[in-house]
Amino acid sequence: MNRMISYVKKDTWIHRLSGVTKLFFFLLWCITSALTYDTRILLVMIAVTIAVFVMSKTAWRQVAPVFRVVLFFMVLNVAAIFLLSPYQGCEIYHHRAVLAPLFPGHDLTAEELFYLFNVVIKYFAITPAIFAFLVTTDPSEFAASLNGIGIPYTAAYSVAIALRYIPDVQDDYHRIRNAQEARGIEMSSKAKLTDRIRRTSSIIFPLLFSAMDRIDVVSNAMELRGFGKKKRRTWYAHRKLAAADILVMAGTAAFCTFALVFTFHDGDRFYNPFV
Amino acid sequence: MEPTNNKTKDNPIISFQDFSFRYRSQKEPTVRHINLDIYPGEKVLITGPSGCGKSTLAHCINGLIPGSFSGEIKGKLLVDGEEPKKAGVFGMSKKVGTVLQDTDGQFIGLTVAEDLAFALENDALPQEEIFQKVDRAADIVEMRDFLDHAPGELSGGQKQRVSMGGVLVDDVKILLFDEPLANLDPATGKRTIDLIERIRQKQDVTVVIIEHRLEDVLYRDVDRIVVMHEGEIAADESPDRLLCTDLLEKEGVREPLYIAALKHAGAVLKPEDHPQHIETMNLLPYREQVRSWFARTKEPAAKALGEPVLEVQDLTFSYTQGTPVLSHVSFGIREGEMVSIVGKNGAGKSTLSALICGFLQPDAGKILLEGRDMAPLSVKERGERIGLVMQSPNQMISKPMIMDEVGLGLSVRGVPEKERTERVLKTLKICGLYPYRNWPVSALSFGQKKRVSIASILVMNPKILILDEPTAGQDYRHYTEIMEFLKKLNEQMGLTILMITHDMHLMLEYTDRALVLADGTLLADEKPAAVLSDEGLSERAYLKKTSLYDLAVRCGIDDPTAFSERFIACERALREGGQNQ
Repeated sequence: MNRMISYVKKDTWIHRLSGVTKLFFFLLWCITSALTYDTRILLVMIAVTIAVFVMSKTAWRQVAPVFRVVLFFMVLNVAAIFLLSPYQGCEIYHHRAVLAPLFPGHDLTAEELFYLFNVVIKYFAITPAIFAFLVTTDPSEFAASLNGIGIPYTAAYSVAIALRYIPDVQDDYHRIRNAQEARGIEMSSKAKLTDRIRRTSSIIFPLLFSAMDRIDVVSNAMELRGFGKKKRRTWYAHRKLAAADILVMAGTAAFCTFALVFTFHDGDRFYNPFV
Repeated sequence: MEPTNNKTKDNPIISFQDFSFRYRSQKEPTVRHINLDIYPGEKVLITGPSGCGKSTLAHCINGLIPGSFSGEIKGKLLVDGEEPKKAGVFGMSKKVGTVLQDTDGQFIGLTVAEDLAFALENDALPQEEIFQKVDRAADIVEMRDFLDHAPGELSGGQKQRVSMGGVLVDDVKILLFDEPLANLDPATGKRTIDLIERIRQKQDVTVVIIEHRLEDVLYRDVDRIVVMHEGEIAADESPDRLLCTDLLEKEGVREPLYIAALKHAGAVLKPEDHPQHIETMNLLPYREQVRSWFARTKEPAAKALGEPVLEVQDLTFSYTQGTPVLSHVSFGIREGEMVSIVGKNGAGKSTLSALICGFLQPDAGKILLEGRDMAPLSVKERGERIGLVMQSPNQMISKPMIMDEVGLGLSVRGVPEKERTERVLKTLKICGLYPYRNWPVSALSFGQKKRVSIASILVMNPKILILDEPTAGQDYRHYTEIMEFLKKLNEQMGLTILMITHDMHLMLEYTDRALVLADGTLLADEKPAAVLSDEGLSERAYLKKTSLYDLAVRCGIDDPTAFSERFIACERALREGGQNQ
């Protein structure tokens, strides 16, 4: 059924990479794309992430709903920038070319447009990478990886256990919602938004109580099988780093170093086509 | 005989010596003055009604008491030479493997292999060793082909096998099962009991089973049955001897049906006839009594049938195209009927109820309510005619006070307060909850909460009530209480009741008709006794033919279905007689 943004087992070279490698790529990639505003670098990054996304054979419907949410926030972000600081682009690029005067104090400038374009492509440079990371990383293997890089195993395991029970809680949610809807507590788009918000309690409380029952069972079951007994633990899903992992990590590090050097060599993180 | 050898044989592996335990939050001890020795290699069933202290005993053995549930211990408990209170939960986990009743909740890993490996990972064993041990455990519980499956892809029975494997990886000496049958369909339950027996023989472990479904556990030999009563041991006997007494009935534990039938027929059972299994019991001394009982009892009168109220016509549904969950299902329900929907997990029972309630839309086919197509009706509109009660009341209750909870369906429909209060109070009276009307829901027992969840549906005056597993996990007394309540609603208010259930007793005793689903098709639409007398049908639908059938056949009665029906009618008459006194 509809389980979005969760690990789906497939056999591609990206799935076969270790969780550490993917985490390494993911973090460096996010840092780099957050730091750089160099349009050329960002366009290359988009090309790479889209290639990764395609090669990971991720189906569009796995991520589409979340992608829509990301788009929504992107539009919000862009609109806010334009409304609040319409001349941000001019300050950055030290240039002002008015394309159209909109209303007093809000001229549409080429620089602002270019700046906003950069903001937009930053989103596109990161989002597919996040999606690819989430849907190709086996949570248990990822937990093992986190533990491997020094994060305490209790914290690392909580990631895996959360992912284990998310589908169960989703099922509970659907069941409870259905039953409450039958009692007349309409939660579909037919009801008014205010009513829906007010009525969420009729779903939240049963969901919470069911979840609490579940937590009781889970924590007892874990303790009965010795979770937390020792200072360290091993992992069934642990994967040793292979040649491909080293290659990907080295490649990522090299690219990101290059990208940052290239961006900052002129002492500015923007690419300026205007002067 | 070698003295050392003799000593190991005679040393109990579990020994309660004048043992009492009181939970910190309780005034009185939950178990009192327990003296019980269990020997290596034994298989012991601990039974008794809810609240008798049987689960508390289990928690004492695996160290959850006092590790997770604190309280006061008096007397002594030794498990394999150690005191659980000193060894703690972790110390005991090397000796006692516990399998809980919630097959979903205790499945911790994201795949079968990881769940099997969980205890080994926590012991920080090298990965190579974990791989080997996981493979071995998977072989023992016959799950080798499913190692990379996620819990969502497994049936309840398979999940339970994984749980067993997950404790067997540790070479435990004691296997402790806490109500292993509660969530399983009958045939799967039977297989579980069989697997437990095979593991006991192969792995040389001691087995302790906590369960109130006695007949199902007795499918394979048990050495001893311990009956608990209000925290004390009421009996500690071999099954053959215990079944010949009337102690089980007195303590509110359901006797196997064939035993009850033999007793109705006037038979005085003797342990030497080995009544533990109907298949092998010596029936010679009782045969004539059973036959003459059958001859002199009358067939129960058929219930008068009302107008058709719900019609399902050629219903087909699939989540993903090409794999129908239901295909071409048709049946009709008449007003005032009590009907059970049975079949193994995943047969399409819940999907059927979701379609009737309008949570899902059929791919093809129609559902008619009183002759009118329900397709245009919304979930909310259907909810006024067809009430759905979920398995656990915790899944429904959302208000802290009983009156508010029961009145919720009316208040969202804008019923004026005066009328609302009237209807709520009337419903509370019907449900026997009137004395508690000003209580918070949290102060009620599980059975009372169940009634609150039923009341909150009844208040809307539905034509039909659909209940999902109304008695799952309930002991005999609570089972009877809930079912008698539903029967009263059925008889006095003319309410039509549909029940999704795994419980063959429920289906046999309380429903007029059974709809048997298997792999998305309707296999049968018949009287329950007839369904359970049809061996081929039972097998395909993962049901279990009743022991009444075996008894009838072995006594040479040529109509086992009629035998079952007469037995049920007789039980019912006795129960009603008992209530009227």
